[in-house]
Amino acid sequence: MRERDLIIVGGGPAGLSAAKVALESGCSVTLIERANDLGGQLVKQTHKFFGSKSEYAKTRGIDIATILIHDLEPYQDRLEILTNATVVAMYPDYVLSVYSGHDYIKFKANAIIIATGASEKFLVFENNDIPGIYGAGAIQTLMNQYGIMPGRDVVMVGSGNIGLIVSYQLIQAGVNVKAVLEAADHIGGYLVHASKLVRLGVPILTNTTVKRAHGTTKLEKVDTIQLDNHWKEIEGSEETIECDALCISVGLSPLHQLLSMAGVEMIYINELGGMIPKKDEDYETSMPHVYACGDVTGIEEASSAMVEGKIAGLMAAASLGKPHPEFDSRKEEYFHQLTNLRQGPCGIKIRKGLEQAGEMI
Amino acid sequence: MIQKFGYADTELVKTKFPNEDILVRPKAIIECYQEIPCNPCETSCPFNAIMIGSDINHQPVIDYNLCTGCGACVYSCPGLAIMVAQLKQDRAYFKVPYELLPVPKKGDIWHAINRQGEVLCDAKIESVLQNSKTDRTVVITASVPKQYLFDFITVRNKV
Repeated sequence: MRERDLIIVGGGPAGLSAAKVALESGCSVTLIERANDLGGQLVKQTHKFFGSKSEYAKTRGIDIATILIHDLEPYQDRLEILTNATVVAMYPDYVLSVYSGHDYIKFKANAIIIATGASEKFLVFENNDIPGIYGAGAIQTLMNQYGIMPGRDVVMVGSGNIGLIVSYQLIQAGVNVKAVLEAADHIGGYLVHASKLVRLGVPILTNTTVKRAHGTTKLEKVDTIQLDNHWKEIEGSEETIECDALCISVGLSPLHQLLSMAGVEMIYINELGGMIPKKDEDYETSMPHVYACGDVTGIEEASSAMVEGKIAGLMAAASLGKPHPEFDSRKEEYFHQLTNLRQGPCGIKIRKGLEQAGEMI
Repeated sequence: MIQKFGYADTELVKTKFPNEDILVRPKAIIECYQEIPCNPCETSCPFNAIMIGSDINHQPVIDYNLCTGCGACVYSCPGLAIMVAQLKQDRAYFKVPYELLPVPKKGDIWHAINRQGEVLCDAKIESVLQNSKTDRTVVITASVPKQYLFDFITVRNKV
Protein backbone atom coordinates (compact mmCIF):
# COMPACT_ATOMS: atom_id res chain seq x y z
CA MET A 1 0.00 0.00 0.00
CA ARG A 2 1.39 3.36 -1.05
CA GLU A 3 0.24 6.10 1.29
CA ARG A 4 -0.14 9.60 -0.12
CA ASP A 5 -1.35 13.01 1.01
CA LEU A 6 -3.44 14.13 -1.97
CA ILE A 7 -4.26 12.02 -5.01
CA ILE A 8 -5.76 13.62 -8.09
CA VAL A 9 -7.44 11.27 -10.55
CA GLY A 10 -7.33 12.67 -14.09
CA GLY A 11 -4.71 14.88 -15.75
CA GLY A 12 -6.99 17.00 -17.93
CA PRO A 13 -7.70 20.72 -17.53
CA ALA A 14 -9.47 20.23 -14.17
CA GLY A 15 -6.91 17.84 -12.67
CA LEU A 16 -3.89 19.87 -13.79
CA SER A 17 -5.41 23.10 -12.45
CA ALA A 18 -6.22 21.39 -9.15
CA ALA A 19 -2.66 20.06 -8.92
CA LYS A 20 -1.14 23.50 -9.41
CA VAL A 21 -3.17 25.18 -6.66
CA ALA A 22 -2.69 22.28 -4.23
CA LEU A 23 1.08 22.37 -4.86
CA GLU A 24 1.15 26.13 -4.37
CA SER A 25 -0.58 25.51 -1.05
CA GLY A 26 2.20 23.20 0.06
CA CYS A 27 0.61 19.78 -0.47
CA SER A 28 2.35 16.72 -1.87
CA VAL A 29 0.40 15.62 -4.92
CA THR A 30 0.08 12.34 -6.81
CA LEU A 31 -1.52 12.87 -10.21
CA ILE A 32 -2.81 9.75 -11.95
CA GLU A 33 -3.65 9.80 -15.67
CA ARG A 34 -4.74 6.83 -17.75
CA ALA A 35 -3.48 8.24 -21.06
CA ASN A 36 0.11 8.39 -22.23
CA ASP A 37 0.17 12.19 -21.99
CA LEU A 38 -1.20 14.77 -19.60
CA GLY A 39 -3.65 17.37 -20.87
CA GLY A 40 -6.83 15.35 -21.36
CA GLN A 41 -8.95 16.55 -24.26
CA LEU A 42 -6.92 19.78 -24.48
CA VAL A 43 -4.21 18.02 -26.48
CA LYS A 44 -6.69 17.54 -29.36
CA GLN A 45 -8.02 21.09 -29.38
CA THR A 46 -6.30 23.05 -32.14
CA HIS A 47 -8.70 26.02 -31.96
CA LYS A 48 -8.34 29.22 -29.97
CA PHE A 49 -10.32 29.16 -26.73
CA PHE A 50 -13.14 31.40 -25.55
CA GLY A 51 -13.42 32.87 -22.06
CA SER A 52 -11.24 35.53 -20.48
CA LYS A 53 -7.52 35.88 -19.84
CA SER A 54 -7.64 33.84 -16.62
CA GLU A 55 -8.87 30.84 -18.65
CA TYR A 56 -6.28 31.42 -21.38
CA ALA A 57 -8.78 32.84 -23.91
CA LYS A 58 -7.46 33.15 -27.49
CA THR A 59 -4.81 30.51 -26.73
CA ARG A 60 -5.14 27.22 -28.60
CA GLY A 61 -6.22 24.26 -26.46
CA ILE A 62 -3.10 22.28 -27.24
CA ASP A 63 -0.96 25.19 -26.02
CA ILE A 64 -3.06 25.52 -22.86
CA ALA A 65 -2.18 21.89 -22.08
CA THR A 66 1.52 22.76 -22.41
CA ILE A 67 1.10 25.79 -20.12
CA LEU A 68 -0.76 23.80 -17.45
CA ILE A 69 1.87 21.03 -17.49
CA HIS A 70 4.72 23.56 -17.45
CA ASP A 71 3.11 25.31 -14.44
CA LEU A 72 3.75 22.18 -12.35
CA GLU A 73 7.49 22.07 -13.05
CA PRO A 74 8.63 24.19 -10.06
CA TYR A 75 7.09 21.62 -7.71
CA GLN A 76 8.85 18.45 -8.95
CA ASP A 77 10.00 17.56 -5.42
CA ARG A 78 6.43 17.26 -4.13
CA LEU A 79 4.77 16.02 -7.32
CA GLU A 80 4.43 12.42 -8.44
CA ILE A 81 2.93 11.86 -11.90
CA LEU A 82 1.70 8.47 -13.09
CA THR A 83 0.70 8.21 -16.75
CA ASN A 84 -0.57 5.10 -18.53
CA ALA A 85 -2.12 4.39 -15.14
CA THR A 86 -5.85 3.79 -14.78
CA VAL A 87 -7.64 4.09 -11.46
CA VAL A 88 -9.94 1.09 -11.70
CA ALA A 89 -11.44 1.16 -8.22
CA MET A 90 -12.09 3.53 -5.35
CA TYR A 91 -13.20 2.32 -1.92
CA PRO A 92 -14.84 4.03 1.08
CA ASP A 93 -11.58 3.67 3.07
CA TYR A 94 -9.75 6.01 0.62
CA VAL A 95 -8.00 3.15 -1.14
CA LEU A 96 -7.53 3.41 -4.88
CA SER A 97 -6.58 0.50 -7.10
CA VAL A 98 -4.43 1.60 -10.02
CA TYR A 99 -3.76 -0.53 -13.09
CA SER A 100 -0.29 0.34 -14.34
CA GLY A 101 2.38 -1.67 -16.16
CA HIS A 102 0.30 -4.89 -15.99
CA ASP A 103 0.06 -4.56 -12.22
CA TYR A 104 -2.57 -3.43 -9.79
CA ILE A 105 -1.09 -0.98 -7.30
CA LYS A 106 -2.94 0.06 -4.15
CA PHE A 107 -2.80 3.67 -3.02
CA LYS A 108 -4.30 5.19 0.10
CA ALA A 109 -4.84 8.94 0.30
CA ASN A 110 -5.70 11.49 2.95
CA ALA A 111 -7.64 13.46 0.33
CA ILE A 112 -8.77 12.68 -3.21
CA ILE A 113 -9.77 14.93 -6.09
CA ILE A 114 -11.78 13.20 -8.82
CA ALA A 115 -11.30 14.92 -12.19
CA THR A 116 -12.10 12.03 -14.50
CA GLY A 117 -13.95 14.07 -17.12
CA ALA A 118 -16.59 12.59 -19.35
CA SER A 119 -17.31 9.97 -21.97
CA GLU A 120 -19.24 10.34 -25.20
CA LYS A 121 -22.88 9.46 -25.66
CA PHE A 122 -23.74 7.31 -28.63
CA LEU A 123 -26.76 7.22 -30.90
CA VAL A 124 -29.07 4.33 -31.76
CA PHE A 125 -29.83 3.82 -35.46
CA GLU A 126 -29.81 0.99 -37.96
CA ASN A 127 -26.29 -0.35 -38.68
CA ASN A 128 -24.60 2.01 -36.22
CA ASP A 129 -21.73 -0.49 -35.82
CA ILE A 130 -20.32 -0.33 -39.36
CA PRO A 131 -16.61 0.59 -39.49
CA GLY A 132 -16.36 4.27 -40.34
CA ILE A 133 -18.82 5.38 -37.67
CA TYR A 134 -16.91 7.23 -34.98
CA GLY A 135 -17.41 9.31 -31.90
CA ALA A 136 -16.08 12.87 -32.20
CA GLY A 137 -13.35 12.16 -29.64
CA ALA A 138 -12.01 9.25 -31.71
CA ILE A 139 -11.96 11.41 -34.84
CA GLN A 140 -9.98 14.05 -32.96
CA THR A 141 -7.56 11.49 -31.55
CA LEU A 142 -6.90 9.95 -34.96
CA MET A 143 -6.64 13.27 -36.75
CA ASN A 144 -4.98 15.60 -34.25
CA GLN A 145 -2.87 13.25 -32.15
CA TYR A 146 -1.87 10.56 -34.63
CA GLY A 147 -2.19 12.42 -37.95
CA ILE A 148 -4.52 9.83 -39.47
CA MET A 149 -7.29 10.91 -41.81
CA PRO A 150 -10.50 9.31 -40.51
CA GLY A 151 -12.22 9.43 -43.90
CA ARG A 152 -12.58 11.51 -47.06
CA ASP A 153 -16.25 12.44 -46.88
CA VAL A 154 -17.67 12.89 -43.41
CA VAL A 155 -21.20 13.52 -42.15
CA MET A 156 -21.34 15.05 -38.66
CA VAL A 157 -24.26 14.28 -36.34
CA GLY A 158 -24.75 17.02 -33.74
CA SER A 159 -24.22 20.77 -33.90
CA GLY A 160 -23.04 21.39 -30.36
CA ASN A 161 -19.66 23.08 -29.95
CA ILE A 162 -17.81 19.76 -30.29
CA GLY A 163 -19.61 18.82 -33.52
CA LEU A 164 -18.98 22.26 -35.00
CA ILE A 165 -15.35 22.45 -33.90
CA VAL A 166 -14.50 18.93 -35.06
CA SER A 167 -16.14 19.66 -38.44
CA TYR A 168 -13.93 22.73 -38.80
CA GLN A 169 -10.84 20.73 -37.82
CA LEU A 170 -11.75 18.06 -40.38
CA ILE A 171 -11.84 20.72 -43.11
CA GLN A 172 -8.50 22.05 -41.90
CA ALA A 173 -7.14 18.51 -42.26
CA GLY A 174 -8.35 18.38 -45.86
CA VAL A 175 -11.44 16.23 -45.24
CA ASN A 176 -14.72 17.03 -46.99
CA VAL A 177 -17.54 17.63 -44.48
CA LYS A 178 -20.73 16.97 -46.42
CA ALA A 179 -23.23 18.15 -43.80
CA VAL A 180 -23.81 18.71 -40.11
CA LEU A 181 -27.08 17.14 -38.93
CA GLU A 182 -28.95 18.59 -35.95
CA ALA A 183 -32.13 16.98 -34.62
CA ALA A 184 -33.28 20.17 -32.86
CA ASP A 185 -34.73 23.13 -34.75
CA HIS A 186 -31.71 25.30 -34.00
CA ILE A 187 -27.92 25.06 -33.84
CA GLY A 188 -26.69 23.87 -30.45
CA GLY A 189 -23.20 25.36 -30.29
CA TYR A 190 -21.88 28.90 -30.52
CA LEU A 191 -23.13 30.65 -33.65
CA VAL A 192 -19.63 31.92 -34.46
CA HIS A 193 -18.48 28.28 -34.79
CA ALA A 194 -21.46 27.57 -37.06
CA SER A 195 -20.77 30.61 -39.24
CA LYS A 196 -17.13 29.52 -39.66
CA LEU A 197 -18.38 26.26 -41.20
CA VAL A 198 -21.20 27.63 -43.32
CA ARG A 199 -18.88 30.10 -45.03
CA LEU A 200 -16.67 27.13 -45.98
CA GLY A 201 -19.67 25.62 -47.76
CA VAL A 202 -20.85 23.13 -45.12
CA PRO A 203 -24.66 22.98 -44.81
CA ILE A 204 -26.07 22.69 -41.29
CA LEU A 205 -29.32 20.71 -41.54
CA THR A 206 -31.52 21.40 -38.50
CA ASN A 207 -34.57 19.22 -37.72
CA THR A 208 -32.59 16.37 -39.29
CA THR A 209 -30.99 13.22 -37.94
CA VAL A 210 -29.42 9.98 -39.18
CA LYS A 211 -31.91 7.19 -39.89
CA ARG A 212 -29.65 4.33 -40.98
CA ALA A 213 -26.19 3.58 -42.27
CA HIS A 214 -25.35 1.47 -45.33
CA GLY A 215 -22.30 -0.64 -46.06
CA THR A 216 -20.95 -4.09 -45.35
CA THR A 217 -17.26 -3.95 -44.56
CA LYS A 218 -17.20 -0.16 -44.32
CA LEU A 219 -19.56 2.79 -44.36
CA GLU A 220 -20.77 3.75 -47.86
CA LYS A 221 -23.70 6.09 -47.28
CA VAL A 222 -26.21 7.24 -44.67
CA ASP A 223 -29.93 7.97 -44.87
CA THR A 224 -31.06 11.11 -43.09
CA ILE A 225 -34.59 11.94 -42.04
CA GLN A 226 -36.25 15.19 -41.04
CA LEU A 227 -37.88 15.60 -37.65
CA ASP A 228 -40.76 17.86 -36.69
CA ASN A 229 -40.54 20.07 -33.62
CA HIS A 230 -41.82 17.19 -31.46
CA TRP A 231 -38.90 15.00 -32.59
CA LYS A 232 -41.21 12.85 -34.76
CA GLU A 233 -39.90 11.60 -38.08
CA ILE A 234 -41.48 13.23 -41.12
CA GLU A 235 -42.52 10.51 -43.57
CA GLY A 236 -41.04 10.74 -47.03
CA SER A 237 -38.27 13.15 -45.92
CA GLU A 238 -35.45 10.62 -46.16
CA GLU A 239 -32.39 11.57 -48.15
CA THR A 240 -29.16 9.71 -48.84
CA ILE A 241 -25.67 11.15 -48.40
CA GLU A 242 -22.65 9.25 -49.67
CA CYS A 243 -19.85 9.24 -47.12
CA ASP A 244 -17.11 7.00 -45.76
CA ALA A 245 -17.23 8.34 -42.21
CA LEU A 246 -19.98 9.39 -39.84
CA CYS A 247 -19.06 11.32 -36.72
CA ILE A 248 -21.37 11.15 -33.71
CA SER A 249 -21.26 14.20 -31.48
CA VAL A 250 -24.43 14.12 -29.42
CA GLY A 251 -23.19 15.02 -25.98
CA LEU A 252 -21.16 13.74 -23.06
CA SER A 253 -21.80 11.91 -19.79
CA PRO A 254 -19.80 12.47 -16.59
CA LEU A 255 -17.36 9.63 -15.80
CA HIS A 256 -18.83 9.12 -12.34
CA GLN A 257 -18.06 5.44 -11.80
CA LEU A 258 -15.27 5.78 -9.22
CA LEU A 259 -17.38 8.11 -7.08
CA SER A 260 -20.41 5.81 -7.36
CA MET A 261 -18.30 2.82 -6.43
CA ALA A 262 -16.95 4.51 -3.30
CA GLY A 263 -20.50 5.19 -2.16
CA VAL A 264 -20.47 8.94 -2.68
CA GLU A 265 -23.99 10.36 -2.79
CA MET A 266 -24.95 10.85 -6.44
CA ILE A 267 -27.80 12.56 -8.28
CA TYR A 268 -29.03 12.28 -11.88
CA ILE A 269 -29.25 15.67 -13.58
CA ASN A 270 -30.19 15.57 -17.24
CA GLU A 271 -28.99 19.14 -17.87
CA LEU A 272 -25.51 18.25 -16.60
CA GLY A 273 -25.21 15.07 -18.68
CA GLY A 274 -26.15 12.30 -16.22
CA MET A 275 -25.00 11.05 -12.81
CA ILE A 276 -23.01 13.61 -10.84
CA PRO A 277 -21.75 13.67 -7.25
CA LYS A 278 -23.62 15.85 -4.79
CA LYS A 279 -21.14 18.36 -3.45
CA ASP A 280 -21.20 21.21 -0.98
CA GLU A 281 -20.24 24.79 -1.72
CA ASP A 282 -16.59 23.93 -1.09
CA TYR A 283 -16.65 21.21 -3.81
CA GLU A 284 -16.48 18.44 -1.21
CA THR A 285 -18.58 15.36 -1.95
CA SER A 286 -20.56 13.43 0.69
CA MET A 287 -17.30 11.57 1.47
CA PRO A 288 -15.11 13.85 3.61
CA HIS A 289 -11.84 14.96 1.95
CA VAL A 290 -13.09 13.75 -1.46
CA TYR A 291 -13.54 16.54 -3.99
CA ALA A 292 -14.75 16.56 -7.60
CA CYS A 293 -14.22 19.06 -10.40
CA GLY A 294 -14.56 19.43 -14.16
CA ASP A 295 -16.91 17.47 -16.40
CA VAL A 296 -17.39 14.68 -13.83
CA THR A 297 -19.46 17.20 -11.85
CA GLY A 298 -21.52 18.19 -14.90
CA ILE A 299 -20.72 18.77 -18.57
CA GLU A 300 -19.38 22.24 -19.29
CA GLU A 301 -16.56 23.87 -21.23
CA ALA A 302 -12.83 23.37 -20.52
CA SER A 303 -12.68 26.95 -19.22
CA SER A 304 -15.07 26.09 -16.36
CA ALA A 305 -13.23 22.81 -15.75
CA MET A 306 -9.99 24.74 -15.15
CA VAL A 307 -11.63 27.11 -12.67
CA GLU A 308 -13.38 24.23 -10.89
CA GLY A 309 -10.04 22.45 -10.68
CA LYS A 310 -8.49 25.48 -8.98
CA ILE A 311 -11.34 25.54 -6.48
CA ALA A 312 -11.02 21.82 -5.73
CA GLY A 313 -7.23 22.15 -5.32
CA LEU A 314 -7.67 25.10 -3.00
CA MET A 315 -10.29 23.36 -0.85
CA ALA A 316 -8.56 19.96 -0.73
CA ALA A 317 -5.33 21.61 0.43
CA ALA A 318 -7.16 23.51 3.15
CA SER A 319 -8.85 20.31 4.32
CA LEU A 320 -5.39 18.77 4.73
CA GLY A 321 -4.37 21.65 6.99
CA LYS A 322 -2.38 23.42 4.28
CA PRO A 323 -4.45 26.45 3.33
CA HIS A 324 -3.12 28.46 0.39
CA PRO A 325 -1.34 31.65 1.57
CA GLU A 326 -3.91 33.66 -0.40
CA PHE A 327 -6.82 31.35 0.39
CA ASP A 328 -9.53 33.98 0.89
CA SER A 329 -8.72 36.11 -2.13
CA ARG A 330 -8.22 33.07 -4.38
CA LYS A 331 -11.53 31.58 -3.29
CA GLU A 332 -13.37 34.79 -4.05
CA GLU A 333 -11.56 35.19 -7.39
CA TYR A 334 -12.26 31.62 -8.58
CA PHE A 335 -15.93 31.68 -7.68
CA HIS A 336 -16.26 35.04 -9.39
CA GLN A 337 -14.65 33.62 -12.55
CA LEU A 338 -16.98 30.62 -12.50
CA THR A 339 -20.07 32.76 -12.06
CA ASN A 340 -18.91 35.00 -14.89
CA LEU A 341 -18.48 32.05 -17.28
CA ARG A 342 -21.92 30.69 -16.45
CA GLN A 343 -24.04 33.80 -16.12
CA GLY A 344 -24.89 34.45 -19.78
CA PRO A 345 -27.66 32.91 -21.86
CA CYS A 346 -25.33 30.01 -22.84
CA GLY A 347 -25.15 29.08 -19.16
CA ILE A 348 -28.91 28.71 -18.65
CA LYS A 349 -28.88 24.91 -18.94
CA ILE A 350 -25.94 24.62 -16.54
CA ARG A 351 -27.52 26.98 -14.02
CA LYS A 352 -30.78 25.02 -14.20
CA GLY A 353 -28.90 21.75 -13.66
CA LEU A 354 -26.89 23.10 -10.73
CA GLU A 355 -30.05 24.41 -9.12
CA GLN A 356 -31.65 20.95 -9.38
CA ALA A 357 -28.53 19.45 -7.84
CA GLY A 358 -29.04 21.78 -4.91
CA GLU A 359 -26.08 23.99 -5.75
CA MET A 360 -26.47 27.72 -5.89
CA ILE A 361 -24.16 29.84 -7.96
CA MET B 1 -32.50 32.55 -39.17
CA ILE B 2 -28.88 32.50 -37.96
CA GLN B 3 -29.87 30.00 -35.22
CA LYS B 4 -31.28 27.69 -37.91
CA PHE B 5 -28.85 28.06 -40.80
CA GLY B 6 -25.69 29.38 -39.17
CA TYR B 7 -25.22 32.54 -41.21
CA ALA B 8 -26.31 36.13 -40.78
CA ASP B 9 -28.56 37.62 -43.50
CA THR B 10 -27.68 40.98 -45.02
CA GLU B 11 -30.12 42.86 -42.79
CA LEU B 12 -28.41 41.51 -39.67
CA VAL B 13 -24.93 42.05 -41.13
CA LYS B 14 -25.73 45.71 -41.80
CA THR B 15 -26.48 46.29 -38.11
CA LYS B 16 -22.78 45.64 -37.42
CA PHE B 17 -21.48 48.12 -40.00
CA PRO B 18 -20.93 51.85 -39.41
CA ASN B 19 -22.01 54.43 -41.99
CA GLU B 20 -20.11 54.17 -45.24
CA ASP B 21 -18.41 57.56 -44.76
CA ILE B 22 -16.69 56.16 -41.66
CA LEU B 23 -15.25 53.35 -43.78
CA VAL B 24 -12.95 55.67 -45.70
CA ARG B 25 -10.63 54.55 -42.92
CA PRO B 26 -10.27 50.88 -41.99
CA LYS B 27 -12.62 49.81 -39.17
CA ALA B 28 -13.28 46.54 -37.36
CA ILE B 29 -16.62 44.87 -38.03
CA ILE B 30 -17.57 42.61 -35.13
CA GLU B 31 -20.10 39.93 -36.03
CA CYS B 32 -20.82 38.67 -32.56
CA TYR B 33 -24.55 37.89 -32.60
CA GLN B 34 -24.78 35.91 -29.38
CA GLU B 35 -23.93 36.47 -25.75
CA ILE B 36 -21.11 34.01 -25.09
CA PRO B 37 -18.52 34.14 -22.28
CA CYS B 38 -15.61 35.61 -24.22
CA ASN B 39 -13.60 38.83 -24.27
CA PRO B 40 -10.26 38.58 -26.16
CA CYS B 41 -11.40 41.30 -28.61
CA GLU B 42 -11.65 43.76 -25.74
CA THR B 43 -8.35 42.79 -24.11
CA SER B 44 -6.42 42.62 -27.40
CA CYS B 45 -7.38 46.08 -28.66
CA PRO B 46 -4.38 48.42 -28.23
CA PHE B 47 -6.66 51.47 -28.48
CA ASN B 48 -9.38 50.43 -25.99
CA ALA B 49 -11.91 50.77 -28.79
CA ILE B 50 -13.82 47.58 -27.91
CA MET B 51 -15.94 47.45 -24.77
CA ILE B 52 -17.39 44.32 -23.16
CA GLY B 53 -17.11 45.05 -19.45
CA SER B 54 -16.90 42.90 -16.35
CA ASP B 55 -19.64 40.48 -17.48
CA ILE B 56 -17.76 38.75 -20.29
CA ASN B 57 -21.05 37.45 -21.72
CA HIS B 58 -21.94 40.93 -22.96
CA GLN B 59 -21.61 41.50 -26.68
CA PRO B 60 -18.76 43.80 -27.73
CA VAL B 61 -19.47 47.45 -28.52
CA ILE B 62 -16.97 49.26 -30.72
CA ASP B 63 -16.08 52.94 -30.59
CA TYR B 64 -15.29 53.92 -34.18
CA ASN B 65 -13.58 57.11 -33.02
CA LEU B 66 -10.92 54.99 -31.35
CA CYS B 67 -10.69 52.03 -33.78
CA THR B 68 -7.76 52.37 -36.19
CA GLY B 69 -8.49 49.17 -38.11
CA CYS B 70 -5.16 47.72 -36.97
CA GLY B 71 -6.58 44.18 -37.06
CA ALA B 72 -5.34 42.92 -33.67
CA CYS B 73 -8.89 41.79 -32.89
CA VAL B 74 -9.14 39.96 -36.22
CA TYR B 75 -6.65 37.29 -35.21
CA SER B 76 -7.54 37.43 -31.50
CA CYS B 77 -11.22 36.53 -31.89
CA PRO B 78 -11.52 32.76 -31.24
CA GLY B 79 -14.76 32.75 -33.23
CA LEU B 80 -13.16 34.24 -36.37
CA ALA B 81 -16.04 36.71 -36.19
CA ILE B 82 -14.15 39.97 -36.74
CA MET B 83 -12.90 41.55 -39.96
CA VAL B 84 -11.65 44.99 -40.88
CA ALA B 85 -13.39 46.79 -43.75
CA GLN B 86 -12.43 49.88 -45.72
CA LEU B 87 -13.79 51.57 -48.87
CA LYS B 88 -11.31 53.04 -51.37
CA GLN B 89 -12.68 54.37 -54.67
CA ASP B 90 -14.70 51.57 -56.24
CA ARG B 91 -13.32 48.75 -54.11
CA ALA B 92 -13.86 47.34 -50.63
CA TYR B 93 -10.77 46.15 -48.73
CA PHE B 94 -11.01 43.55 -45.99
CA LYS B 95 -8.68 42.01 -43.44
CA VAL B 96 -10.03 38.55 -42.67
CA PRO B 97 -8.75 35.64 -40.53
CA TYR B 98 -7.79 32.48 -42.42
CA GLU B 99 -6.83 29.08 -41.00
CA LEU B 100 -6.64 26.72 -43.98
CA LEU B 101 -3.91 25.52 -46.31
CA PRO B 102 -2.67 26.55 -48.75
CA VAL B 103 -2.20 30.16 -47.74
CA PRO B 104 -2.63 32.61 -50.64
CA LYS B 105 0.18 34.88 -51.79
CA LYS B 106 0.10 38.61 -52.40
CA GLY B 107 -1.20 39.28 -55.91
CA ASP B 108 -3.15 36.00 -56.21
CA ILE B 109 -6.70 36.07 -57.47
CA TRP B 110 -8.94 33.83 -55.37
CA HIS B 111 -12.70 33.43 -55.11
CA ALA B 112 -14.52 35.93 -52.91
CA ILE B 113 -17.00 34.02 -50.73
CA ASN B 114 -20.19 35.11 -48.98
CA ARG B 115 -21.54 34.04 -45.58
CA GLN B 116 -23.41 31.10 -47.12
CA GLY B 117 -20.23 29.77 -48.67
CA GLU B 118 -21.12 30.82 -52.23
CA VAL B 119 -18.71 32.33 -54.73
CA LEU B 120 -19.36 36.07 -55.21
CA CYS B 121 -16.66 37.25 -57.60
CA ASP B 122 -12.87 37.44 -57.80
CA ALA B 123 -10.93 38.66 -54.78
CA LYS B 124 -7.48 40.18 -55.13
CA ILE B 125 -5.08 39.18 -52.37
CA GLU B 126 -3.45 42.46 -51.32
CA SER B 127 -1.29 41.17 -48.47
CA VAL B 128 -0.81 38.24 -46.12
CA LEU B 129 0.17 38.64 -42.46
CA GLN B 130 1.42 35.76 -40.37
CA ASN B 131 3.63 36.09 -37.29
CA SER B 132 3.96 34.92 -33.72
CA LYS B 133 1.24 37.34 -32.58
CA THR B 134 -1.33 35.96 -35.00
CA ASP B 135 -0.58 32.48 -33.61
CA ARG B 136 -1.10 30.40 -36.77
CA THR B 137 -4.12 32.41 -37.83
CA VAL B 138 -3.27 34.18 -41.08
CA VAL B 139 -4.69 37.66 -41.65
CA ILE B 140 -5.42 38.14 -45.34
CA THR B 141 -6.09 41.53 -46.87
CA ALA B 142 -8.29 41.11 -49.95
CA SER B 143 -10.20 43.51 -52.15
CA VAL B 144 -13.47 43.10 -54.05
CA PRO B 145 -15.75 45.51 -55.94
CA LYS B 146 -17.45 47.91 -53.50
CA GLN B 147 -20.91 46.46 -54.19
CA TYR B 148 -19.96 43.35 -52.17
CA LEU B 149 -19.26 45.30 -48.96
CA PHE B 150 -22.00 43.51 -47.00
CA ASP B 151 -21.56 40.13 -48.71
CA PHE B 152 -17.85 39.32 -48.60
CA ILE B 153 -16.64 37.19 -45.70
CA THR B 154 -13.66 35.10 -46.85
CA VAL B 155 -11.58 33.85 -49.76
CA ARG B 156 -11.30 30.41 -51.34
CA ASN B 157 -8.63 28.89 -53.51
CA LYS B 158 -9.77 28.59 -57.15
CA VAL B 159 -8.22 25.15 -57.67
